[in-house]
Amino acid sequence: MGEVIVITSGKGGVGKTTTTANIGAGLASLGKKVVVVDADIGLRNLDVVLGLENRIVYDIVDVVDKVCRLKQGLIRDKRYEGLYLLPAAQTKDKTAVSPRQMQELCEELKEHFDFIIIDCPAGIEQGFQNAIAGAQKAIVVTTPEISAVRDADRIIGLLESKGLHNPLLIINRIKQEMVARGDMMNIDDMIDILAIDLLGVVPDDEAIVISTNKGEPVVSDDKAFAGQAYRNIANRILGEEVPLMDLEVDEGLVGKLRKLIFGK
Amino acid sequence: MGNNKGGIKLDFFKKLSKNDSNSKSVAKERLKLVLIHDRANVSPRFLDMVKGDIIRVISDYMEIDEEGLDVKFTKTRRESDNAPIPALIANIPILKMKDKMKD
Repeated sequence: MGEVIVITSGKGGVGKTTTTANIGAGLASLGKKVVVVDADIGLRNLDVVLGLENRIVYDIVDVVDKVCRLKQGLIRDKRYEGLYLLPAAQTKDKTAVSPRQMQELCEELKEHFDFIIIDCPAGIEQGFQNAIAGAQKAIVVTTPEISAVRDADRIIGLLESKGLHNPLLIINRIKQEMVARGDMMNIDDMIDILAIDLLGVVPDDEAIVISTNKGEPVVSDDKAFAGQAYRNIANRILGEEVPLMDLEVDEGLVGKLRKLIFGK
Repeated sequence: MGNNKGGIKLDFFKKLSKNDSNSKSVAKERLKLVLIHDRANVSPRFLDMVKGDIIRVISDYMEIDEEGLDVKFTKTRRESDNAPIPALIANIPILKMKDKMKD
């Protein structure tokens, strides 16, 4: 039986879809059978991030409405053995799927896959309720910005109230040089405030923009810092203990002086 | 004179070091305060429960104006270092002290 994990954040634009795509591709690279589900009905995007937009025939609404069979709705990613996409519908709205239907869909997917990774829409309304309805675990994505952390806190409260306890945190787009000069909240600051366990930290990395441009998940980019970060996250989801990667960057003369004098 | 020079140098490096005036500390403080309100809003019954318990405890000692009772989250500054901290402010109008306090 597979495990259903929802990727959520509250705030839009913090990297839920990129995270979903890379966790999916990362787990598939590790030999797991994975389906990534785009629950953002009306604002389909997981397909383009994965580079599968030209292969869509049916979508999630067709599947729950039984217009097609589940197998027909799934798109197989030819680059990753074991990775499938269930795309969102683009012309419908969030009410096209009910929480009950989502639960049933997840139950069915669990029989065929090791992991079902659900890309949740931004917000806390119907789309969010649908996306979490069939989930057993939740991953909350945030960036080191006050607005994103605030929304993450709200989402954590809502997840708890829906019985999704102990969500895990991914801190996205951290800029080590800004952290070093005290102009960006660091990992400890955010864990201190949100009080949940950390799953991983993804550095702000141009490689993400480039890989998304091409529709190739950065997790396969051996040279990219962000790729390494997502590989670590995939391994941690499989229960491996992987230490946080060293995000230290060249801190310049001022930073070196500070380190020398203050020891930090 | 030598000490003075040292003081200036120290101030200069203090500015370079992590201190409370950098923008991340400001963000963290603001976030902490706003979350206290947000989290209280997640369960609207919270303040009512606090209110109810305060009334129960205080009523043993004095008669209070329950209608005029006001309990709210706000912020204040800690005396020791002037850091902003959350505070629970209760304004409790007393109607009459109870007899048992006169012992």
